[in-house]
Amino acid sequence: MLAQQLVNGVLLGATYALFALGFTLIFGVLRVINLVYGFYFSAGAFMALFLTRQYGWPIVAALPVAAAGAGVLAIALDWVLLTRLRRVGAPELASLMVTLGAVLALYAASTALLGPDIRRLPPDLIGAEAMVIAGVRITAAQVLILVATAVLVGGLIALMRGTRLGLALRAMAENPDAAGLMGIDTGRLAALVSFISGALAGAGGVLIGLNFNAIHPYMGEAMMLRGFVVIIVGGLGDIRGALIAGLLLGIVEVLTAGYVASGLKEAVAFAILVAVLWTRPVGLFGRAVVRRA
Amino acid sequence: MMAWWDDFFWTYQNLVYALGINGLLALSIYVVLAVGQLSLGQAAFMGLGAYSSTIMTVKFKLPFLLVLPASCVVPVVFALLIGGPTLRLSGVYLAIATIGLGEVLRAVYLNIDYFGGALGLSGIPERAGVGAIYGLLVVALLVLWLVGRSHIGRAMEAMRTDETAAEVMGINVPRYRLGALLASAVLAGLAGALSAHVSSFIGPNEYGFEPAVTILSYALLGGIGTPIAPVLGAWILTLLPEMLRGLADFRLVFNGLIIVIAVLFLPRGLLAFRLRRS
Repeated sequence: MLAQQLVNGVLLGATYALFALGFTLIFGVLRVINLVYGFYFSAGAFMALFLTRQYGWPIVAALPVAAAGAGVLAIALDWVLLTRLRRVGAPELASLMVTLGAVLALYAASTALLGPDIRRLPPDLIGAEAMVIAGVRITAAQVLILVATAVLVGGLIALMRGTRLGLALRAMAENPDAAGLMGIDTGRLAALVSFISGALAGAGGVLIGLNFNAIHPYMGEAMMLRGFVVIIVGGLGDIRGALIAGLLLGIVEVLTAGYVASGLKEAVAFAILVAVLWTRPVGLFGRAVVRRA
Repeated sequence: MMAWWDDFFWTYQNLVYALGINGLLALSIYVVLAVGQLSLGQAAFMGLGAYSSTIMTVKFKLPFLLVLPASCVVPVVFALLIGGPTLRLSGVYLAIATIGLGEVLRAVYLNIDYFGGALGLSGIPERAGVGAIYGLLVVALLVLWLVGRSHIGRAMEAMRTDETAAEVMGINVPRYRLGALLASAVLAGLAGALSAHVSSFIGPNEYGFEPAVTILSYALLGGIGTPIAPVLGAWILTLLPEMLRGLADFRLVFNGLIIVIAVLFLPRGLLAFRLRRS
């Protein structure tokens, strides 16, 4: 029983980590808390729903296309909402408010157009039979989640650590003006970061949609709460911290749901957020730079 | 004159209440924005005021004169819990910590039977009315106007414009910020208690993400130059969907876009007056 809970927790946490990774990447490089981010998650899930329902695509084809679609959407929204503020060097809170207003408008518009009801992926999309390894049930959907998360996270780390592009991104995170003076095209990199993070959120939306089989316009909003907890616990802008914190949060939620009450898992996540803010505002791993007022 | 008022009141009773309560909510976000911070927990504070006051009235049968001031206690405790650590950090921390609060509390109200679950709490006696709502609104406006004109208001404006310069001038920035957040929790808690005691029913879904953003749109439409401006912003955004029926379905889209447009193009709001000080 406990082993099963831990496996489920790790798998859920992997998706949280994937989702939070893009969120923390945006903050790390672009210095923006982008609240539209949750909408990319919903958008990815809806695109996968459309491709599999309408055109009968298999999930392995729908997942990358939906992720890329969410990435393109992210570039467009970032350009519309944030270019102007970046140019005038507006304070952090201005960009936070713009994305907040935009995300409410986007959620409300998509609810008005698509309806608020919960939709489901086609039932035969992925095998429902489960493998049993040492008494632990693992479904095909969970295997796909694990593989996709490992590929995406591994790819992102390889990009950031092993390529010149990653070096440019890290330089931009350090100091965008100096990076620009060194000949780095910061505008293009900003678009790239938007694409990568949008794609990570979109992929997360598809995978969570697959795991719980419940897709609705506001699903990104429930996910954002996890995103906030993960980036605060892991440290704002800290990629490795987000990975570890995401996994931990998944495990804590599954254990809370299993042994305490499933309705309290949000409250437990929030209590962790507040406790970390009181004790270690730099994040558990203490590498994020906290600007004190 | 009285017959005319009675007629009008019976038709538009809920709208009259909503205008006053939304005015109080607009003031509650104004206080936080005025010190250069962003709290997205106003709807959550309102919900805490509504739930705690309803429990005091319905389950403990306390008189309204006691319940109304006591309804601020729980929101203030939550504001202290969240504001204590975050107000010493940069502004994004308070925003992140408060934005989730409403959704978390919604899950708690939904899943704990004592709070009525999905059905909410009903059978709340109608203890508040136009007098209590508008009386408090006028008092709050007056107090904030006087505070805004005093040296405190000057300090608040200084730290909103440049927190480092304000600190160098000897202003205790974290303390002012915490004071502002607590005042905003008090106002939102009162608004919650008043709205619960005019509507006979409260439910878990009324204090989540959407109302939190809507409250922010009140202040951004009006601007935060004077306390009256956010109240007028709230009135415009409350009246518009009533007058333009077609807008009702897209009310939230509209509120969201107001925020985007206000921040991008009207950073001082529609009513960009400033307080005069001697």
